[in-house]
Order: sequence, then structure tokens, then C-alpha cells
Amino acid sequence: MIFNEQHELIRKLARDFAKNELTSDVLDKIEETDIFPAELLKKMGKAGFFGIKIPQELGGSGSDHRGYAIVMEEIARESAVASLYVSSPNSLGGGPLLLSGTAEQLEKYLKPVVTGEKILAFALTEPGAGSDAGGMTTTAVEDGDCYVLNGRKTFITMAPFSDYAVVYAKTDMSRGTKGITAFIIDMKMDGVSCGKPEHKMGLIGCATSDIILENVRVSKADMLGELNQGFTNAMKTLDVGRIGVAAQSIGVAQAALDASIQYAKDRKQFGRRIADFQGISFMIADMATKLQAAKHLVYDAAYKKDTNQNATTAASMAKYFASEICNEICAKAVQIHGGYGYMKDYRVERLYRDCRVFTIYEGTSQVQQIVIAGQLLKK
Amino acid sequence: MKILVCVKQVPDTNEVKIDPVKGTLIREGVPSILNPDDANALEAALAIKDTEPNVTVSVLTMGPPQASEMLRECLAMGADDAYLLSDRAFGGADTWSTSNTLAAGIRKIGDLDIIFAGRQAIDGDTAQVGSQTAQRLDVPVVTYVQDIELQGDKVIVQRQMEDGYELIEVATPCLLTAVKELNEPRYMSISNIVNACKKEITVWGHEDINLSPENCGLKASPTQVFRSFTPASKGKGEMLNGTVKEMSTSLISKLKGLHVI
Repeated sequence: MIFNEQHELIRKLARDFAKNELTSDVLDKIEETDIFPAELLKKMGKAGFFGIKIPQELGGSGSDHRGYAIVMEEIARESAVASLYVSSPNSLGGGPLLLSGTAEQLEKYLKPVVTGEKILAFALTEPGAGSDAGGMTTTAVEDGDCYVLNGRKTFITMAPFSDYAVVYAKTDMSRGTKGITAFIIDMKMDGVSCGKPEHKMGLIGCATSDIILENVRVSKADMLGELNQGFTNAMKTLDVGRIGVAAQSIGVAQAALDASIQYAKDRKQFGRRIADFQGISFMIADMATKLQAAKHLVYDAAYKKDTNQNATTAASMAKYFASEICNEICAKAVQIHGGYGYMKDYRVERLYRDCRVFTIYEGTSQVQQIVIAGQLLKK
Repeated sequence: MKILVCVKQVPDTNEVKIDPVKGTLIREGVPSILNPDDANALEAALAIKDTEPNVTVSVLTMGPPQASEMLRECLAMGADDAYLLSDRAFGGADTWSTSNTLAAGIRKIGDLDIIFAGRQAIDGDTAQVGSQTAQRLDVPVVTYVQDIELQGDKVIVQRQMEDGYELIEVATPCLLTAVKELNEPRYMSISNIVNACKKEITVWGHEDINLSPENCGLKASPTQVFRSFTPASKGKGEMLNGTVKEMSTSLISKLKGLHVI
């Protein structure tokens, strides 16, 4: 069995929470104002959603990757943007610290992030370094007891309202990915600023912007992990991140499938339910089958992580397949809804926009293919 | 301070089917939940634990082995320990027999300051077990509690009435039954779930609580279910329109037509 009693209870909690708290009124308001209510974040923190798989002695809940995937799935099923707030502290935000942080760093930075008091961003991507993260040009130059950082990070989720960020910078320009080091910066430090929030297609309610670093003096105590080991830290973090995006994908796909089944039963054309036409019913059969396959990939990847098996291929497969079929399922859901599906009054319109980024962020589908092929064809 | 909450696992729907022969509920295939009023009772206990030092909250139920799932949920909401009274001999109990078994379990746990229960369970709707249990334990009981204030070794509670409330001072140990207006039950939390799954649930049979089999379950239940049935739907009522005079004239002629007046 992939799931145990703990996981069943976590699913029940996440499902109850999502159904009660992420109501259409709340979600419509987030969409309208682009603001995620602080009150809601507080409740999510209290339920333990920000430190699911982080050990209890570090202020987390002490569950595991399966618990994390379940919460991501059930929250995303009601609201993709809400699930971003869950993924940040558990994955891209908390992950690098958990992997490489010293006891002092964990106490100072991870604990408040896990309880929801502080927000920490993950800053890897640059305008000219996306899939090719190793091509970054942000530099960190040693100067006494500090490193001086200069450069620009882009598409940084939550940057405008973050308290801290994990920033990756080149400490040795000549060594490619082996010359990258991670640093923790306070967003209020001199020389740190944010670009203006991007206008995104979906996931409204979670601002994304550039982080600009101009002669930012970071104490050596805030170097995360060892010198020139930052790239490994980033890649390991993304391994877990991929499971999170894959779990988001199956949650959103489930919502699209549920809405399509309901609509196909309710909507009548030519004197009968559109569900009675094979053109529609076969689409639904297809959507449900692919979703089921994706779920197994996601749960398998999480299980491999929990049992200390190599999960790199499994996580990439899960992210690749789940995000692709989520886009396919959401597109079909809009098709089944016809003209109504194109209107903002119907839920599938938002699902369709929200999921578009799933095949892009935290490694595009093509990068996942590179990872999978690379593992299989290793010399 | 030791608090005990009596809880019950109930079917999660009003559409449960009734066994046409036995006249009892068919529970197979119906999801089970923590009885809603009992969730309010548990929340009341946990709220005291949140604010007062050295409070332990235990939960107690009588039921089949699968009731442990619900007890696990109570632990995941924040209860410290859980007791399950489970024995074939307890099966088929009416309220008289249930309260007898619960009281025996409570005596065995012992030394309690407050016992909470829900007002009533959504499957039987009798609202008898709470009061009966208090009677058997010889402790004061206040039913329909909508507000609680602790004051040393006494408790000031509001007892809900149809048109207001009674303010009652009661000495501990006592038993209080909760209504939904008392509070909003909390969610489980992930860390409590993780910890709850590591805890042992204490399971007691009739011997553990010093009850002989003839004093438990169906054998000790004076209530006999004569017949259970789903009442036929009465259909939609008829709304009268018009002025007061028109409506009263119409009403009188209809009542006369039905030979009511």
C-alpha cells in the first residue's frame, strides 16, 4: 500500500479545509484583487500546511513526501494559487535550507517560514538563464567577511512580499555549474530591490517579480551550504519541487474532470444530456484514464522519496506526464463546456489558465525529457 | 485537570437505509463521521486545554473496532488519549444499556473534572445518553450548553432555551452536553495527525470495565424497536395569495371542505 492511515487523515484534513475555506466567493475575490488574504494564510499555517514534511524539531509537522503531495493535490483541486503558497515553504523555499542549512540558519530562517510568520523566495532563474540555470551571470565576490552580490533574478514567485530569498550566484565564473554558491539574503538589505509584479496569465493572487541585486553585502554566515556547491543544492530542491508541481497538476485536472462530468450530465442539446453523445463521453473516459495514470506516477515518485530510493527519474516522469495531461484535460474541459467554458463565470476557464504554467515552471516538459533520457542513457 | 469527551461514530448522511427485518440502520457503504455535536464537545475541551495549564483531554466511545478511525481523528484534533469500548457483548445497545457501559468505562478511567458529550447523535437523535450517563455516575448534568466559563472548581454555563438561555452554576465533576452554537470545531493539524498515528488506542471489553455480558448490549436493553420506517413525504404545502380577508375566507372554506372545522 502506498498510503497509510496518516496519509488518509491528511487527505481528509486537506479536503475538508479546501472545501470549507476555498469557496468560490473567496477565490473570485482573489482573482479580482490579485491579493491572497492574510487570514487564509494564517489558517493554512495553523493546519500545518507550510511544514508538512519538515521535521517537528524544526517547527514542521514531521510528515513525508506523500503527505505533501496529498495536500498539494487537494488544495490545488480547489485553488491552484493556494497550492503555490503550500509549495513555497515546503519545497523551493524550505528545501534548500533543509538540504544545506546549518543549525543556526535553520533556527533563524526555516522555523519562521514553516510557521507562516515569514516568506522565503527561491531565486535561481535569470533573464538569460532559464532551463540553462548554469548560464547565470549573477556574481558573488568575496570581500572580507562578506560576499558582494550583483545581478538580476527573474520570475521569482512571491518576491515582492518575501522576507528572505535563497539566491544562487557565480562564485567562480570559470567553472560553470561547479562555480555556483547559494546565499540567504534578507529582502530589506541595502542593494536589494524588486521589479514590478508581472502580469501573468493565471495563478492570480501570488505576485511574481524580478529581484535586483546591486552590491549586496551578504555575510559569510549566510552562505548556504559549501562554496561552489549551490548547483547541486538547487537541483536536489527541484527534485522535490517536481513532485509538488505534479501533485498540483493532478489536483487541477481532477477539478476539471469533476466539472466536466457535472456539466455533461446537466447540459441538454438535441433533446438529451450531452453526456449521452459519444463525442463527449469518450472525451471524459479519456480524461479520467489519463488522470488515473498520472496519479500513480505522482504517488510512486513520492513513495520513492519516502523510502530513500533514487527518485530523480520518477519525479521527472510524474511532473512531465501530469502537467501535460493536466493541460490536455483542462483544454477538453473547456471544450465540453462549449461557449460557457470560455466565460469567466465558469470554473474551467480559470483552471485552463492556471495550469498552463505547469509544463513550464520548475523545469519545462522538455527539460524533464532531458532528465529522463539522461538517466536512461547514462554512459 | 482531567477532561473526558464522549464521542460517537455515526453514518454521514440522512439517506441511510433501514433493515426491514431488524428495524436497525444498515451501515455498510455509508461513510462514517464524528457525530457533529460531539465535535463541538471535543472543541470545548480542547479550548480549555489551549488556555489552562496541565489539562489532559481524553476521548471515549463505544462501538465496533472501526470506531478507532474516528478516535484517531479526535487525537489528530488535539486530544491526548483515546479509549474504545468494543466487545460483541456491547452490540445492539439502547440508550439505557449504552449509558451503563459508558459509565463503567468512565469509572475505570476515573478522576475526571469535566465530562463532555454532544447534545445528541444524528443517527438516533435521542439526546438521552449524556444525561443517563451523568445519572449513573451521580454527577450533576447540564444539557444544551452554549457557553462555558471555568471558575475554580465550578463552571458557569449557558443552557440554551428556545427563547433565550439559563445561566447555571455547576460544581465539578459534572457532565455537560454541547450544542453546535457552543463553538466552531477546529481542523486536525498535520503534526497532530503524525503524532496521533503513533499513539495506542486503549480497547476495553466487558471484563475490563467489570460488566457481566447480561448487563451489556441488546440483552440489557429494555427498549424494543417495534418498527423503523421512512415517513411518507407530505408533499408541498399550499400557499394562499391575496389580501388577509381573501386568504382567511379561502382558508376557512378549505378547512370546512376537509371537515376540520
